[in-house]
Amino acid sequence: MKLNYVASFISGLLFGAGLVVSGMANPQRVRGFLDIGGAFDPTLAFVMMGALLIMALAWRTQKKLSHPLFSTSFEIPKTMPVDWRLISGAILFGVGWGLAGLCPGPALVGLVLAPKKAILFVGAMILGMGLYRWVEQRLFSKSLNQN
Amino acid sequence: MMEIWNRAQPLQGFTGGMMIGAACALMLVLLGRIAGVSGLLARALKLTYPPALDLLALVFILGLPLGGLFINQIIGSVEVIYPNEDLILISAGLLVGFGARLGSGCTSGHGVCGLSRLSLRSIFATGIFMLSGFATVALMRSLGLSS
Repeated sequence: MKLNYVASFISGLLFGAGLVVSGMANPQRVRGFLDIGGAFDPTLAFVMMGALLIMALAWRTQKKLSHPLFSTSFEIPKTMPVDWRLISGAILFGVGWGLAGLCPGPALVGLVLAPKKAILFVGAMILGMGLYRWVEQRLFSKSLNQN
Repeated sequence: MMEIWNRAQPLQGFTGGMMIGAACALMLVLLGRIAGVSGLLARALKLTYPPALDLLALVFILGLPLGGLFINQIIGSVEVIYPNEDLILISAGLLVGFGARLGSGCTSGHGVCGLSRLSLRSIFATGIFMLSGFATVALMRSLGLSS
């Protein structure tokens, strides 16, 4: 078995475990964070602090590496301007996040913790991703063909 | 004010957050990849344009719920409260899936990996989806809708 698959699997395991430990697998707690006028729950802010602390260190380490330990090159998004797609995507995402208190990671963990409910969200989320690809294909296939 | 801190779980949140950060750090330092769950899910399911098979992404996506299940067995079943209305779950899922792809990321990709790198796009995306989430929950409250 190749080491890079093992690393990706372990990373997924750790991510899922972290979501459960942090309480973020519970949509009610996430919604509580977004409910500043009501039953506000600040836990998500502590989750962000913990995650950002470790990742800030990871980016510092990354700068010192010429390539990832198990791979030949870094696949990191290039610096691009803030555009209407980013802004409208974030708005739509936020509406969905607020409606249910779910984002992609916790929803996938939900498939094992609350399968009957989570499957509805995850199914619709995959459909939404497919719908986006359909739109993307129609919007951008022309410009790709010209290249 | 006191009741807020009765609800909150700052220590669990911070610990789980560090686990999530460590998972993202492994992906970056070992594999050179961004641990954004929406992007990895789309790649695992070939919902990208152009479509391409991404086994590393698939392995991560399989690990995520298993890690959640495993830790849930160890620390005892955590509380998971989902919205009652199926229609809310489905519409939220559609918005989250479409919005995350349009906006090039979700809570993990922008909120953890991008913010910690001080990416301008991620700072904008995270700020916007949080505001959009706050507004959605506030609007639902004023309309007397609970999730």
